[in-house]
Amino acid sequence: MPQASDPIANYLEHFSKFEKEISGESEIRKFRQDAVEEFKSFGFPTNKNEEWRFTNPSQISKIHFNHQLQKQISGEVKKQIDELAIKKFAQNRLVFVNGIFSNESSNTQFSPAIKISPVSETLHQSPESVIEIVKRPMIEGRNFFTSLNTAFMRNGAFISIPDNTTITDPIYLIFIASDDTTPFVMHPRNIISLGRNSEASIVEHYIGVSKNVYFTNVVSNIILNQGAKLEHTKIQTESVNAIHIGSTYFHQFESSKLHQNTIMIGGAIGRNNLISTLNSKNIECTFNGLSLSEGEQLLDNHTTIDHVMPNCESHELYKAILNGKSRGVFNGKIFVRKDAQKTDAKQTNRTLLLSDEATMDTKPQLEIFADDVKCTHGATIGYLDADAIFYLRSRGISENAARDMLTHAFANDIIGRISAEPVREYLNKIVHDKLNQRR
Amino acid sequence: MLEIKNLHASINGNKILNGINLSVRAGEIHAIMGPNGSGKSTLAHVLAGREVYNVTDGEILYNGKNLIEMPPEERAREGIFLAFQYPVEIPGVSNTYFLKAALNAIRKHQNLEPMDAVEFLSYIKKKMKLVEIDRDLLNRPVNEGFSGGEKKRNEIFQMAVLEPKLAILDETDSGLDIDALRIVADGVNKLRKPDNAAIVVTHYQRLLNYIVPDVVHVLWDGRIVKSGGKELALKLEDQGYDWVKDDTKNK
Ligand SMILES: Nc1ncnc2c1ncn2[C@@H]1O[C@H](COP(=O)(O)OP(=O)(O)O)[C@@H](O)[C@H]1O
Ligand SMILES: [Mg+2]
Repeated sequence: MPQASDPIANYLEHFSKFEKEISGESEIRKFRQDAVEEFKSFGFPTNKNEEWRFTNPSQISKIHFNHQLQKQISGEVKKQIDELAIKKFAQNRLVFVNGIFSNESSNTQFSPAIKISPVSETLHQSPESVIEIVKRPMIEGRNFFTSLNTAFMRNGAFISIPDNTTITDPIYLIFIASDDTTPFVMHPRNIISLGRNSEASIVEHYIGVSKNVYFTNVVSNIILNQGAKLEHTKIQTESVNAIHIGSTYFHQFESSKLHQNTIMIGGAIGRNNLISTLNSKNIECTFNGLSLSEGEQLLDNHTTIDHVMPNCESHELYKAILNGKSRGVFNGKIFVRKDAQKTDAKQTNRTLLLSDEATMDTKPQLEIFADDVKCTHGATIGYLDADAIFYLRSRGISENAARDMLTHAFANDIIGRISAEPVREYLNKIVHDKLNQRR
Repeated sequence: MLEIKNLHASINGNKILNGINLSVRAGEIHAIMGPNGSGKSTLAHVLAGREVYNVTDGEILYNGKNLIEMPPEERAREGIFLAFQYPVEIPGVSNTYFLKAALNAIRKHQNLEPMDAVEFLSYIKKKMKLVEIDRDLLNRPVNEGFSGGEKKRNEIFQMAVLEPKLAILDETDSGLDIDALRIVADGVNKLRKPDNAAIVVTHYQRLLNYIVPDVVHVLWDGRIVKSGGKELALKLEDQGYDWVKDDTKNK
């Protein structure tokens, strides 16, 4: 067996080429170099690291990924976007093809007060506005992949919504991987901030059509200022050989409301880290998640809700449907810091196994340092209800249809909680197709 | 229509049915009575095709076809309907969605076009009147959070929609107040046709005041130990089951 090349050396080599390309960004240069030092000192994680106990990242370290990506977008890709993306959002979207912003496929119709642009542009015009958000402390955030992303951060969406502004149409971010020439890596970075009392809905959609192995290493930083309301939905439909590692860091301020939905369907390995820090009082934070896996897929959700201040509520409901030999992980951390009295936190994890060979690891982790709090958690793992299947069959419904009906109902419990109707419609179709294609 | 011969069935190795013989012709209503645990629900489930019960001996012919070989959905499409003693709650699946899927599966089997949403809605409206069921219940998930009475009424509503040939009602009257009982019985009677038949499992003679049976059977320890006319039900109501047991022992 050939000796695997040192993965860090590989990334360092790419970084020195990358630095030459981005010569204009002097202010952020130091920032990037610090990030390089950071990922060097972390080293590529292995499953000896508690955070990676179930998902072994060392297999990722063995792949030599290319950073050079084609800039041309073909007619073929345009067709694929039309076919695979949520059509109803075509008017307000930023599209990134193989990690690079595609001006011609993107479209925004918001007033100029609302700033929506590719990060590459913001880094040029006002790097300080990027740095200001990115440099915030990220609990759970000091990890190899986030630092790696920071070093290479260039593509992704920069969104800044001023105070007292309500946007009703969702902002749609599409990341499509279509290159098949060589294994490649992208490091999208989304930087989003909602002003005081603003309201918005943002959908991040990761679409894969590449048949090759590729690696999406995405990070999003999202700030909800006082009184802001956000529905944020992440849809991961990467292709079968993809590796998707993503971290989303929310910072919430007084009386803000976050409704986060994470839908994971694609990828050979999908790892999603979701972190919200509740920095002041009266905050609501809702995390809903659904993963759907089959074959030998591994879908891993790590969530953290950090209650720092009093009188905040968090609700978390994660569901997984596992088929084939797929594996699932749910690790839900809740911190209640000593000042966070009157915290109300609820966490639920439900798993539906469609096959005997699928496995799920679920681990709640509650660390409570305040005394006047309400914290509950619960987890169930089970098969479809045999009584319910018989009941449906006794009415003439075939066994397969009965199973699908019950499975879809299980999934719909999450999909039904998403406010944006076109997202619900899209996901219902995806889930339906996924269940049908099994046979 | 239905011919049960020497039926033996067990669950988890426990023998529950010990040689049942029963013959039901089109147009007839048969009542099955018997003490708790005598095997009434087991018989009903075996007829509907519940796989957890093992048929160890005997045969069941339904319109000449071997029922034991048929999967439950096939039986339903051939016209068998079981109103469950304990209807199952199905979170997340709406009553109307479920019923439309069921009806269209049965129609497909009969080589009929599926009903579209509009046709289906006007069709079930008529059926709703028949069993006086609340519209709210139809939009809710199947049986979820329904009261005992609502669940039973929902069973009869499904029966009205699916129009079975052989209906098996397993203690549909238990837990119903007298008004609800009348409505359910009315529903059953209105659905009667010369080519249909019903097996009504009950503990109480009062249901049989409304649904008048042609034959009454007493099931005891997995066997039919006595059969008679509707007056048998009255005698059971009056004297309990002990005399039947004594009768059998003396035989
Ligand atoms: N799953 C089961 N496992 C073991 N025994 C069962 C099971 N289900 C029913 N039985 C037994 O079978 C017998 C008949 O039950 P059932 O048919 O429900 O009676 P009935 O409806 O007449 O009250 C009872 O003794 C009951 O305990
Ligand atoms: Mg019973």
